[in-house]
Amino acid sequence: MAAVTEAPPLAPAPEKKPPRKRGRWTPYWLLLPGILWLIVFFALPMIYQGSTSIQTGSLEDGYKVTWHFSTYWDAVSEYWPQFVRSGLYAAAATILCLLLGYPLAYLIAFRAGRWRNLIMILVIAPFFTSFLIRTLAWKTILADSGPVVSALNTLHVLDVTNWLGWTSGDRVLATPLAVVCGLTYNFLPFMVLPLYTSLERIDGRLHEAAGDLYAKPFTTFRKVTFPLSMPGVVSGTLLTFIPAAGDYVNAELLGSTDTRMIGNVIQTQFLRILDYPTAAALSFVLMAAILAMVTIYIRKSGTEDLV
Amino acid sequence: MNTKDTSGDVRLSGISKTYDNGFTAVQPLDLTVPQGSFFALLGASGCGKTTTLRMIAGLEEPSSGTVHLGDQEVTNLPPYKRPVNTVFQSYALFPHLDIFENVAFGLRRRGIKSVKQQVVDMLDLVQLGEQARKKPHQLSGGQQQRVAVARALINHPKVLLLDEPLGALDLKLRRQMQLELKRIQTEVGITFVHVTHDQEEAMTMADTVAVMNAGRVEQLGSPSDLYENPNTTFVANFLGTSNLIEAEVDSKSGDDIVLKAGGGKLVLPEARCSAPTTTGGKVLVGVRPEKITLTPADDAGEIPAGRNRITGKIADSSFIGVSTQYVIDSPVCPEFEVYAQNIDRDSRLRPGADVVLHWNPAHTFGLDAAQDIDAGVDTEEEAA
Amino acid sequence: MAVVRWFKRHFVVIAGLLTLGYLLLPNVIVTVFSFNKPKGRFNYEWQKFSLDAWKQPCGVADMCGSLSISLQIAVWATIGATVLGTMIAFALVRYRFRARGAVNSLIFLPMAMPEVVMAASLLTLFLNMGAQLGFYTILIAHIMFCLSFVVTAVKARVMSMDPRLEEAARDLYAGPVQTFVRVTLPIAAPGIAAGALLSFALSFDDFIITNFNAGSTVTFPMFVWGSAQRGTPVQINVIGTAMFLVAVLLVLASMVITNRRNKVKA
Repeated sequence: MAAVTEAPPLAPAPEKKPPRKRGRWTPYWLLLPGILWLIVFFALPMIYQGSTSIQTGSLEDGYKVTWHFSTYWDAVSEYWPQFVRSGLYAAAATILCLLLGYPLAYLIAFRAGRWRNLIMILVIAPFFTSFLIRTLAWKTILADSGPVVSALNTLHVLDVTNWLGWTSGDRVLATPLAVVCGLTYNFLPFMVLPLYTSLERIDGRLHEAAGDLYAKPFTTFRKVTFPLSMPGVVSGTLLTFIPAAGDYVNAELLGSTDTRMIGNVIQTQFLRILDYPTAAALSFVLMAAILAMVTIYIRKSGTEDLV
Repeated sequence: MNTKDTSGDVRLSGISKTYDNGFTAVQPLDLTVPQGSFFALLGASGCGKTTTLRMIAGLEEPSSGTVHLGDQEVTNLPPYKRPVNTVFQSYALFPHLDIFENVAFGLRRRGIKSVKQQVVDMLDLVQLGEQARKKPHQLSGGQQQRVAVARALINHPKVLLLDEPLGALDLKLRRQMQLELKRIQTEVGITFVHVTHDQEEAMTMADTVAVMNAGRVEQLGSPSDLYENPNTTFVANFLGTSNLIEAEVDSKSGDDIVLKAGGGKLVLPEARCSAPTTTGGKVLVGVRPEKITLTPADDAGEIPAGRNRITGKIADSSFIGVSTQYVIDSPVCPEFEVYAQNIDRDSRLRPGADVVLHWNPAHTFGLDAAQDIDAGVDTEEEAA
Repeated sequence: MAVVRWFKRHFVVIAGLLTLGYLLLPNVIVTVFSFNKPKGRFNYEWQKFSLDAWKQPCGVADMCGSLSISLQIAVWATIGATVLGTMIAFALVRYRFRARGAVNSLIFLPMAMPEVVMAASLLTLFLNMGAQLGFYTILIAHIMFCLSFVVTAVKARVMSMDPRLEEAARDLYAGPVQTFVRVTLPIAAPGIAAGALLSFALSFDDFIITNFNAGSTVTFPMFVWGSAQRGTPVQINVIGTAMFLVAVLLVLASMVITNRRNKVKA
């Protein structure tokens, strides 16, 4: 591809050439295939989807654009519980990921010493086993007669979660708790890795400096470490929340009909009921909601340079 | 010696560089570097010296003008077709290749098959034969620097360009490498063009120094010529320290100009004045601090006749071993600097003492008074 | 009190290791249950130890076929996304051009979009165009969502690369092609490799986008998804365990090799 920059002259170059700009067109040639790919298979589909969402018709007679905006109204008023549920589950999973992931990232960055590489490998390695297989393993872990559930039962934890509505009866499977647990598990590495990256950049001497200036360990963390790791926190929460909000695998495998998320609805509408306009409208609303939330979040946290 | 080899001459005619954003780094410039010389481009950062070097290398296209190497015009040749090699600032050694392959890079690109002997010889020349199979990051700064020189020299370029080659080294190593580079240059006889902001480095190594400021060459000459006879306030202040006094032309007598300054008279050889002199016109009179002798005011009568004199009071003195540096508060110049060698220290020369400063008029130089008297003062400190 | 103090000092380590355990527990279960001999169709409860599944990893209809399809798609998607993404990354870092902001957004958005949205909209496009769903539509989709990750990985590497290295190469008689092949590419290689590895993992493991755009083609994740409804063969666990082990061994081996090489040279 670098050959584009300088075509070999066919004839001996004339004595006085005008000052040439080497490779004026090179960036466009480099960009063309990839950007075209993204335009045709990412941007264009969004437009098609927008147009599908305002079409009416049937599978047999075909669809026509009729500017039928009430599809949106119908879809949202019918499926708003799933929207809300997606937001809540994703938010819960994101907070859990942050709470669980931060100590692990901190451990790798500052306390692991010569174990650092090994722990890094152990964080990444599960990726190489299909996430569906690993999610199915949670069915075994949380099985009704398994040790986890009986332990929670003995400790009366399930009474509390039942009261909160996170579980029902003696089960964890097929409850919101199981779905959130699965989401947290699946997206935890996406929280740990950016957190680790930004923690690792922090100069260890800052901790000593803070200690030297009479900060207790927790104060050091609150006033120095955590603020400096904000870029990691922001990208970690985004990388966790966005896929969690659109996920339907965990709700399907670990949940029940009462834990259906918006992803499940879109999938069913598209692939089983074949109601394309409704599915497109739902997907469009999900996209708009997430983009709006991401924009506000990035603005608020003051890390625009993240993008 | 009429058939002098000129194939290693570097000739820049009317060369200039203006970037797309409108910033002019180099004003139209004519410069000839003769074959076999060690030539230094000296100036503060942003003065256009590196841009000039890059235009010789072909890494930057000039906005106007031409570059000749010997009789060959190379203005439009890409860098890989020019018989010129560069030692880059911070060396730019290829991190993925070992030392041997770094040095062999240029030979291999020119399709030379048997490079082994040449590379081994070259590594021996820079005393790195043992390190051939190490990666650059495993070497010290001084060793990396020598690899960079070897990698360029092995190609037998007509001209070797050095872009701040010693900037990353500590002071002691820098001194050592200065002598080393000078030795290599004498040995191989290739034209060296050396860019630096360190005036001491330029003066130690180069035969000819061009002092650059704001895209222009202020003055060009041998180090001693530049130091003894600066033509502009920038050169006077940038190279070493100068005491500059504003004076008025009083009269001329023979080859000398007589000037009035603060009530006294000073004599300046006309040949050492770069400014036009008309009676009543202003001139800046300069003298280097080490040319001046200090005499306590009580002994003023013992000063021989025919010397330039100024009176003042010692404001500050600092002992720095080989010499003592005095700052004198004088009516003609508030911070007159004098360096006195510590041979016979006169205990009367203490802060607060009244003194007479006197020097041989032949050490006086004259500059155009229309310039900024402090040009080049700050930049030198920043660079040091 | 001593216990409390000890706990306080090592709180981060304990919490971190617990999280690590949470991350690894499913892999342990997958491995253990690859030696199970389940009674019914589902492999969720421990019955008794058996090596049957390991002896016949392809003993389930269609599973190894789907594995092969997944591998083929992952390889081609990796090649496509790596080539296209590397080109974009070089253009972004090394050149000035119009519409840089738009290009950056186009790269960023696929990473900030829920998969189900991309999946659904891409299906709309294919349906509208009347495209035959299958191997090629999956491949197109995978290249699309892997591209942005490659761009990000390569861009970071090329940005940290000293432009003087390329100037030095040109100064040492390397033409544009030589400079690219001998200097730029080798130095950018770790970034390109990271992007390629990520692409492979993302493509191989993708379910949501694939599920929408696969037609009747069945990839390995889709096979697992289907078996979650029909009955999970033990062989799934065998494949999962084998992949985990191979990955860890490869990484460990590469680390040992780099370590040894550094020691020999130093």
